[in-house]
Amino acid sequence: MSLADLRPGQSGRVTGLRPGGAARQRMMDLGILPGALLAVERVAPTGDPIWVRLRGYHVSLRRSEAAAVVLADE
Amino acid sequence: MSTAAGSATSKLDDVGRPDVGRPGVVRVALAGNPNSGKTSIFNALTGSRQRVGNYAGVTVERREGTYRDGDRRYSVMDLPGTYSLTSWSPEERIAQEQLVGVPGERREGTGQLPDVTVVVVDATTLDRSLVLFAQVLQLGANPVLCLNMSDEAKRAGQVLDVDVMRALLGVPVVETVGHRRAGIDALREAIRSAAERPVDVRDRLVLGDRLTDALNAVAKAIEGTPLDGKDRRWTAQKLLVADAAYVGYARALDGPDDVGTGTALLAVAEAERKALEAATGQDADLHVTHQYFGFVAGLLHEVTRRSARDDARALSDRIDAVLVHRVLGLPIFLAVMYGIFWLTFTVGEIPMGWIESGFEALGETVSSWWPAASDSPLRSLLVDGVIGGVGGVIVFLPNILLLFLGLAWLEDTGYMARAAFLMDRLLHRFGLHGQSFAPLITGFGCSVPGIMATRTLRNERDRLVTMMVLPLMSCGARLPIWMLLVPAFFPAAWRAPALWGIYVVGVLLALGLAVLLRRSVFRGANDPFVMELPPYRFPTARAVAGKMTERGGMYVRKAGTVILGLSVLLWGLSTWPKPERYDVDAALASGAAVLAMPDRVGESAVAAVDAGVAVAAAESRVVAARSPRATPAGETGAAEVLTEDELQRRRAAEDLRYSVVGRIGRAIEPVIAPMGFDWQIGTALVGAFAAKEVFVSQMGIVYALGETDETSDGLRSALGARYPPLVGISLMLFLLIATPCMATVAVTRRESGRWRWAIFQFVGLTVVGWGLATVVYQVGSLFG
Repeated sequence: MSLADLRPGQSGRVTGLRPGGAARQRMMDLGILPGALLAVERVAPTGDPIWVRLRGYHVSLRRSEAAAVVLADE
Repeated sequence: MSTAAGSATSKLDDVGRPDVGRPGVVRVALAGNPNSGKTSIFNALTGSRQRVGNYAGVTVERREGTYRDGDRRYSVMDLPGTYSLTSWSPEERIAQEQLVGVPGERREGTGQLPDVTVVVVDATTLDRSLVLFAQVLQLGANPVLCLNMSDEAKRAGQVLDVDVMRALLGVPVVETVGHRRAGIDALREAIRSAAERPVDVRDRLVLGDRLTDALNAVAKAIEGTPLDGKDRRWTAQKLLVADAAYVGYARALDGPDDVGTGTALLAVAEAERKALEAATGQDADLHVTHQYFGFVAGLLHEVTRRSARDDARALSDRIDAVLVHRVLGLPIFLAVMYGIFWLTFTVGEIPMGWIESGFEALGETVSSWWPAASDSPLRSLLVDGVIGGVGGVIVFLPNILLLFLGLAWLEDTGYMARAAFLMDRLLHRFGLHGQSFAPLITGFGCSVPGIMATRTLRNERDRLVTMMVLPLMSCGARLPIWMLLVPAFFPAAWRAPALWGIYVVGVLLALGLAVLLRRSVFRGANDPFVMELPPYRFPTARAVAGKMTERGGMYVRKAGTVILGLSVLLWGLSTWPKPERYDVDAALASGAAVLAMPDRVGESAVAAVDAGVAVAAAESRVVAARSPRATPAGETGAAEVLTEDELQRRRAAEDLRYSVVGRIGRAIEPVIAPMGFDWQIGTALVGAFAAKEVFVSQMGIVYALGETDETSDGLRSALGARYPPLVGISLMLFLLIATPCMATVAVTRRESGRWRWAIFQFVGLTVVGWGLATVVYQVGSLFG
């Protein structure tokens, strides 16, 4: 399951990041790393991008980028 | 790969940093995340002693300043905001290169590495923002830690033991509130002590055994190679994670004299990476980042006496619930944009009017220094060229200032990030970015501030594409043209739709071209949207006003000087060469035309004409000047009657036709003919390059109508009579798309950092405009 599959109000814990270029590095730098707990706050009017809460700050990313974030199956 | 100006490189033979004990300029680098308040710290340190430019060949801003402390001068370089030191974006590459240089190279002069690196971190997000600091620590760049926004952190309940932090890190740590200038003295003190007593605390950064072992192995392999240097371990780490730039450096070692060193090095790095990944179960780059976060977490565990409350962002979140609402968000955003627009162009109208009148008055005053009928080129140069040119630039200043005031305010509150979030889906489809929206909308008023506003786009490709298509947003200067052409060529019922249509065509073309550019010239994925959304903050008047005046000043200085120069040039080209004899005077001499007299019954007067032939007085009244399509005298046998006014206007028309501009107009006639244009239009188009509004007045002169503007019925009917509506449409298309005005070109050059893009924009848009207008005209002609 990936971050792209979550809906507003849901959350998940990161287990890994799929390969990808600059977006992956940016996500890692922002703390999207194994063990981090991500909560989807909302989505943009057309469903993309998504607004995510983690570690007390907020990050937005496109669904295509979120698909690279692997979450633990609950 | 950009390099700092003035750097000389040579093979490294010793590994020391320059002696800082000697009096001289201390070089300070300022690093930090975006949104960390780094800019306000920079401003607080350097005040107004700043210089802004671009790094060579990229769209990244370069900002430097100086200050004095005691008997030393400090030179501060504000590095681009980055989350970490990598090679993925121009910002990060530049920041990395300024801090650590290129491996194996010795930097001299102004390219020297900094003596002190101040890392500005957002104290409210320490568990992430300290990661960059950890990297700077690892570099051994003599760091100073600046905990900015400390007031906000304290308000949220966070309590840190700064003394313990200093002890653990071994570097100066200062708490500041940048936008209120608090803690700046302490910061200066910390910089001074760091400069006088540089420390090497690289061992304070603990990265985990497996990673350390891998790093050691790669570092050993680097030893003795040309990539060796003081920053060997950093180079090792970069090779370990296969950082693109560093892999490039290694590959470059495999020269004709040096076969295999690079390849061998990369092989070692590859082997270590695989081993590390096998041992940890994680990709190497992820593992390294994870270690940084681990170090930061450990540090914070030691120094945090109380954590921030969970609800610290509550107010900001409540605001977001409304502003980024799934349904309300977009309408609110559009309303905000409209508000900015309104502020700029409606409120700005008032001072614009003052400035216009002011320059007119100035023009008249200067003009009056010469006798009324004087032909003096100097007067013309001053009044038409200089005052006209400068006036044309300054008149936009209120708009620009107001626009930047509004945008700066939105930026500093953090709302712009929300706007990008709302708009991204739509714009991304067309190869643009969520943050392209504000600049594009600005372009409806004027391209110049629109292009300047693309600064907020962090990705270079997104930014350039936006700049290229921005002139297609029909700008305010084109409005007089539409006001002239639409009534001239369209019946009343069609006028409003036609005007609307032009704007829509512009937008559609912009989107279409953006897609095209994205697939060809600016191809490339890897432009991340991943973006932090900082909490709403109330901007300080000082910061907002500062941004406003800085950008306004840039406009006046840079765009202004170019425009002034080109205005004068254009003035010259449209004034000379002058014909030696005027056709209209020849007509007067031969009797084909007659000069009418003012209405004085019973009086006779003689008008002296250049040819020296006296014309008998006419006791008739003034005969209104005939339309510009003068009937040759031979056709009707009657002489054409001209007023004095008409005579002057005809002469002016001939002046223009004879001048360089007129000749250019005639010369390009074959090129513009496929669009249905003739040389008269061609002549006016040349003027339109300077500023679009000039098209109208030039058309007026060409048709000997003297001083006209877009409301002139005479000009409208002249055009309507002379050209079919199809030409009108083709002309409007061409003016919409092609030849962005020189101000636009000048600003594009400035903002993109190279001439290449400005030329590409100009040539590209002109070709597209020509092509489309030609197609429309040709196809339309088939249908009659």
